[in-house]
Amino acid sequence: MAEIGTEATPRARRRAAAVNEGGNPGGGWRDHLGSLAFLAPGAIFLLAITVYPLAATARNSFYDATASNYVGLANYKEIFSTSSILVTFRNNVIWVIVFPFLVTFIGLVYGVLSERIRWSTAFKTIIFMPIVFSATASALVWRTIFDLDPHIGIVNATIQTASDWINPPGLYPVDPSAGQSVAGLVATGVSAGPKDSLESSSTVTAGNPVELGLIGISPATLQLVGAQTAVVPTASPGAVTGLVWRDFSPSNPTARGQVLPDELGFPGLKLTLLRSDGTSAGTAVSDAHGDFSFGSVGSGSYKVQIDSSNFSSGFTGIFWLGTQSLTPTSSLNQTAQALLSVPLVDISMILAYLWIWAGFAMVVIGAGLASLDREVLEAARLDGAGEWQTFRRMTMPMLAPVLIVVIVTMLINVLKIFDIILNMAPGSSQGDANTLALAMYNFGFTGGLGNWGLASALAVILFILVIPAIVLNLRRIRG
Amino acid sequence: MSVVSPATKPGSPATKPVNLERRSLLSAIRPSRAILNIVLVVSAVFWLVPTIGLAIISLRPESLFQQSGWWTALTAPSQLTLSNYQTLFAQGLVARGVLDSLITSLEITVPATLLVTIISSLTAYSLVFGRWPGRSVVFLVIVGLLVVPIQVALIPVVQEYRVFGDLSGFNPFGTIPGVVIFHVAFGLPFGIFLMYNFYSGIPKEMLEAGRIDGAGEWQLFRRVALPLGLPAAASLMIFQFIWVWNDLLVALIFLGNNKHATLTIFLFEQTRTLAANYWIISTGAMISIFIPLIVFFSFQRYFVRGVLAGAVK
Repeated sequence: MAEIGTEATPRARRRAAAVNEGGNPGGGWRDHLGSLAFLAPGAIFLLAITVYPLAATARNSFYDATASNYVGLANYKEIFSTSSILVTFRNNVIWVIVFPFLVTFIGLVYGVLSERIRWSTAFKTIIFMPIVFSATASALVWRTIFDLDPHIGIVNATIQTASDWINPPGLYPVDPSAGQSVAGLVATGVSAGPKDSLESSSTVTAGNPVELGLIGISPATLQLVGAQTAVVPTASPGAVTGLVWRDFSPSNPTARGQVLPDELGFPGLKLTLLRSDGTSAGTAVSDAHGDFSFGSVGSGSYKVQIDSSNFSSGFTGIFWLGTQSLTPTSSLNQTAQALLSVPLVDISMILAYLWIWAGFAMVVIGAGLASLDREVLEAARLDGAGEWQTFRRMTMPMLAPVLIVVIVTMLINVLKIFDIILNMAPGSSQGDANTLALAMYNFGFTGGLGNWGLASALAVILFILVIPAIVLNLRRIRG
Repeated sequence: MSVVSPATKPGSPATKPVNLERRSLLSAIRPSRAILNIVLVVSAVFWLVPTIGLAIISLRPESLFQQSGWWTALTAPSQLTLSNYQTLFAQGLVARGVLDSLITSLEITVPATLLVTIISSLTAYSLVFGRWPGRSVVFLVIVGLLVVPIQVALIPVVQEYRVFGDLSGFNPFGTIPGVVIFHVAFGLPFGIFLMYNFYSGIPKEMLEAGRIDGAGEWQLFRRVALPLGLPAAASLMIFQFIWVWNDLLVALIFLGNNKHATLTIFLFEQTRTLAANYWIISTGAMISIFIPLIVFFSFQRYFVRGVLAGAVK
């Protein structure tokens, strides 16, 4: 067959040439006119929009912001001496180290495990589906998922649910992160006690009712707990009675110290009666009108404490898209910080990107698994190798080329990472989440005319970083 | 385990004792079928949550967004309404509105996809079936171009467009053709690579026979290569469609100050407004993923083939 083929080709070529070009059986460039005409559109596009620009960018990187005056290596020097640009290298390194291996690992686990379930098609479809979403849309989705407010972000909501279950928040949460403080609630007859509690300013004794006025608690909170009109407490012999009320009258906003008819009591407050040595002599909970009573109290003077648990705000959310570093770098200088800190937002974005690309890794690895030589694997099992041994000693080495393809593909992908950062990192985190590709865009195309020299230098660096991948691809094609 | 290892089947008694011995350790670690299913169900739920969350946010009234999480709608489906979609679509074709952006995205994606497919097929045909010298070198250059980041071309192409505008009176910068041209050029290396690999599998004899019979190159391309290459072309089209549809960077730069925007630009700009309107963002995001989802579910097989063929881009 092969011999016939090689024999037929030159003859056919000559004949075809004779037919097409009307003679000239000797060949020559005119022979190829037809083929070259097919090549032309592609060649024009590639030469004009990729090959020439590659050279032009290299040139521009040695020129100034307007790409008109030669500045030598100034742009490169600036890049390597500006800590806000060095941050982009750090982030690219974080992405390159963490992402390709993580996504390949998850793809491998899902690829292997999904072979063993009945609903593998459904499973693969679910994992693979996000790959068709734009990084922009995905970033917006994940921005909501990681939202600081537990009413919006499901991650913080989940943590809050767990945290509230272990350590429930008080009825009257005071959130220090929002600038509130327990001491700020003080109005009449109370003062700040230890550890975010409040206590009566003066000592109390049995039979003498005490009135404790607070302000700064929102009507919405009071409505939620079912607060009713404050009722002045009645004296009761042998008991410490009292009232905790909102010392604020909507009809008379400046009056303090008196219980007015349109003022509300605080229900559900946990109170402790303290002896003069600070030990507890009893506990009580206020009723709907804000009244409380500690029964069978001996003579002596006490203080009424409003427990800090009433004001505990519980879990209020982690800022997953913030720049707090996972490595301790706060003591280092600016450049060292830029190079060594790992901002939390990077990890959150890597998780979002994992959601997009795990399906890709799974599908490519799955195809690799399917093409493995089953007979070799079965032979290994017949020889007594266990499932795990077969996987580690046989499957993995045979799969290695596929794993490398996935890792390299993902590596190139994250080197160029752009839209997920632009859209997912909030304004306050953009600088710390910056990457080479994003910095190239920002320097080149935002803020007025942009700095084309610097942007070009960044693009050149990006290109240099993908050269190993180019070499690898070429080797793969030729070998 | 669907992949039944033959050793566990009856009929190979000789190997059995060894197996038991080796597996006693491993059986403790190896997940049982139930655990396997639970792990994968949990994974699948994790993977679905973002999409479901987005869909529900887009279906809840704006006023509820700050008050309670979207997941509360799972137990109170009465929260769901189409009003966000109605409001957005009621704007009609306002420049930079959702509908207008949807159309702009299509105006860019459709020509870019068709051009890449046609030009890739022509180039690959010439590389595989042509007989001019240096074909293999050109192919290697194209393979090299596969992973070149688009960042290296952005600024020079803006400059080229300007020069072209000075010469011809039409500056493609800020126009839809300007975006399409860029997308086509950067779609070509992958497209040519994919078509090249496919055409390489077509026996050369099929074309030689046609040449002997006097068919021209164009006829051979149209009658032989194009029909045979359809499956690969379909993969390429779907891949390219989704690639261009989801692009933000190229459109952001080359549409410039055009009064129209793509859907990705629409979403990007919504996040940049002072009071980000989550109802617009989530509803817009749902609209933007709608078409890729249809393409995905209709042509999953071709899409997967494209992904497998080009695990390099």
